[in-house]
Amino acid sequence: MIAQSKGKKNKQFVEKLIPFILFLIASVSVLTTIGIMLTLIVETITFFTRVSITEFIFGTTWLPFSNKEAQYGILPLIVGTLKVTLIAILVAVPIGISAAIYLSDYASENVRRVLKPMLEVLAGIPTIVYGFFALTFVTPVLQGFFPDIKIFNAISPGIVVGIMIIPMIASLSEDAMSSVPKSIREGALAMGSTKFEVAWKITVPAAMSGIVASVVLAVSRAIGETMIVSLAAGSTPRFDGDFTGSIQTMTAYIVQVSKGDAGYGTTIYYSIYAVGFTLFIFTMLMNIAANYVSKRFREEY
Amino acid sequence: MRYVEHDTVVRRMNGRMVVNTIFKSIFLLATLTALLALFVLMYQIVTQGISHLSFGFLTNFASRFPEQAGIKAALVGSIWLMAVVAPTSIILGVGSALYLEEYARQNRITTFIRMNISNLAGVPSVVFGLLGLTIFVRALALGNSILAAGFTMSLLILPVIIVASQEAIRSVPGELRDASYGMGATKWQTIVKIILPAAIPGILTGSILALSRAIGETAPLIVIGVPVIIQFLPAGVMDTFTALPMQIYDWSSRPQQEFQQVAAAGIIVLMVVLLLMNSVAVFIRNKFEKRY
Amino acid sequence: MSMTHVLDQKNKTAGYEAEGTAAAASRSVYETKQLNLWYGANHALKNIELDIKENEVTAIIGPSGCGKSTYLKTLNRMVELVPSVKTSGQILYRGRNIFDKDYGVEELRTRVGMVFQKPNPFPKSIYDNIAYGPRIHGIKNKKILDEIVEKSLRGAAIWDEVKDRLNENAYSVSGGQQQRICIARALAIEPDVILMDEPTSALDPISTLKIEELVQELKKDYSIIIVTHNMQQAARISDKTAFFLNGEVIEYDKTDTIFSNPSDKRTEDYISGRFG
Repeated sequence: MIAQSKGKKNKQFVEKLIPFILFLIASVSVLTTIGIMLTLIVETITFFTRVSITEFIFGTTWLPFSNKEAQYGILPLIVGTLKVTLIAILVAVPIGISAAIYLSDYASENVRRVLKPMLEVLAGIPTIVYGFFALTFVTPVLQGFFPDIKIFNAISPGIVVGIMIIPMIASLSEDAMSSVPKSIREGALAMGSTKFEVAWKITVPAAMSGIVASVVLAVSRAIGETMIVSLAAGSTPRFDGDFTGSIQTMTAYIVQVSKGDAGYGTTIYYSIYAVGFTLFIFTMLMNIAANYVSKRFREEY
Repeated sequence: MRYVEHDTVVRRMNGRMVVNTIFKSIFLLATLTALLALFVLMYQIVTQGISHLSFGFLTNFASRFPEQAGIKAALVGSIWLMAVVAPTSIILGVGSALYLEEYARQNRITTFIRMNISNLAGVPSVVFGLLGLTIFVRALALGNSILAAGFTMSLLILPVIIVASQEAIRSVPGELRDASYGMGATKWQTIVKIILPAAIPGILTGSILALSRAIGETAPLIVIGVPVIIQFLPAGVMDTFTALPMQIYDWSSRPQQEFQQVAAAGIIVLMVVLLLMNSVAVFIRNKFEKRY
Repeated sequence: MSMTHVLDQKNKTAGYEAEGTAAAASRSVYETKQLNLWYGANHALKNIELDIKENEVTAIIGPSGCGKSTYLKTLNRMVELVPSVKTSGQILYRGRNIFDKDYGVEELRTRVGMVFQKPNPFPKSIYDNIAYGPRIHGIKNKKILDEIVEKSLRGAAIWDEVKDRLNENAYSVSGGQQQRICIARALAIEPDVILMDEPTSALDPISTLKIEELVQELKKDYSIIIVTHNMQQAARISDKTAFFLNGEVIEYDKTDTIFSNPSDKRTEDYISGRFG
């Protein structure tokens, strides 16, 4: 009897304790976000005690390693990031959405069962591998066609980042298109529509919010992509419109400083947090925008 | 009066069918382009790397001389890294998922946690590196050890594991729960004896896929200062180490042509590891699919 | 264009001129000859012989799984969306075999409208739903489109209910109204035949009544083939009734005859509610 009641007490204790422990575990993800924000904000503030915030935001020269006078205007890094992102989007959006339309509206069940996992393989390849591919294959091939292109440039990593985000756009857009009910497609087919008319006039408009969200998320991924640009884009921050020569993106700068030996406490050390914070804000805004688009414009069937 | 003349419809039909065929070809071609990229990438890497691939490559340490360079330290380092990441991320991930699916009330805190997880998944990995550098390497003074890198990677893949585990837990049929409660089991007993065993295949599949992302991730390791040239194997989690993608990155960025082949060989090793992990995941998924 | 097809066109025109006369009513829209259909190994339709007349309402009844819906979807070849489907035999639509290689399904389906079991408007405005068909068939003139939209919505007896909200999403109206919008959508391409696949099964009794009245109205201009599991409905609205069982046509006759004096025992059992 005693043992039983003691066991019961233990049981009740466990039942009360467990949710509390699990709640603590679940808060780790929140703590991570807080940790990221605090880290970035605190170190960025330290950075701004040394470099003026207006120079950082509006400066068009990024010269941290200069012996004479270091300059910290982030615009060249942002421009570099946008160059790569632009090329990536030009590659990935048409291919990704076309693939999504093919998979959702044309491919038979068997074809889909083969093609989809293959696209997923593309998504599972580590970015370092893509970086190697950009540097050792895509760049030489581009140089074969356009001899003006330098060994480090914005086009080759842009194309490869594009290849990397194709599966993301294809798979999220395909999800959105496949969730358009079959009955609606049948309605259009029964009126004598061709498959293209169904896809173009019914499925794509109906899935538009999901498609746009997938593109925005892909942009966010391209902005944050690090290894491909570190290997293939170069390390020359520049504020111009040239795509064929060496550039530097925000992410590549963080890597450049990290693998060098900029000592703890130097301005250069703090600059990676300021750049990281800018990067964080960019990707956060994109993610929030994607969320907003897919919630706000969701179609009701 | 008729608006839609049948003759006109028939006359226009050919043009519409041609448009349909053209676009079908474009869509198919686009899909195949993506797959062609995959094929070319694989082909390039295998043809470049196969010549350098040997047993010695697996058992040699890194070297200044391409022909002697091996991947032993990186391979062992990656395994050590996984030994930290796997338990940490799975415990945190499954715990969070259990809380959200089984215990959390529908209130603002829960909504906030959910939103936070989906936002965390969109944070670039290099930013996680900055977090690891500040918190684990410096504040907790773990240095550039396996533990510091492992914790950083665990946080990076945590959102993926949480979401996969949530889906696995959610797909356990309600009747199983009810049956367990009906027999007088407590909530925790039901979770341990019924829900977790039923959800484990899904959790494992998702976790392995997340771990395979962690094993190929480079940027956070660079940021927390993981070195490359290492001539010894780590003996514990507080030791410094190097990892496969770090080693590949170093080789790729060296100017000598020979090191490109070494890098390609390293990539083959990394891809084989990934392939093995994915095969296990697919095996688990297929073996335990449709049990209800 | 084939010779027979030209003839069909002439016949059709003649049919319009003689609208309402006994001669027109006796003309066949669909002649089904020795139709067999398999879903994989499942023999779903067996030797169907059916002659469907112009400007009549033909009801197809039978228990679940008897093949009535399959047959209906064969008439506009929608059944082929199921990957494993095989057919043999012929269905002549206005004298031309719909399975002919050079008879495009798209062309066939512009002549044969379809209304589905559950209302399935496109996730667009009411106006765009109706204008969809005319637009894909090349009508771009806004004024003509406006006229078609109004005419079609009037034809489906829903104009007065939605004329002030044509730009609202079609999903913003009730289920019964959605179904009439779908009927209007089918009318907008001015079909010859309208196929209805249990069009009222998802609707409340009042909406059902409205659709039934509408069918009576529509048969003046269109040939209507309606699948229904509701025998009272078949009795109320149809001129002819075909009773399907296990993929076969058991009996096909005037609706009055089928319901008052069926010649087959199985038909009698079914309509008296002994099974199904």
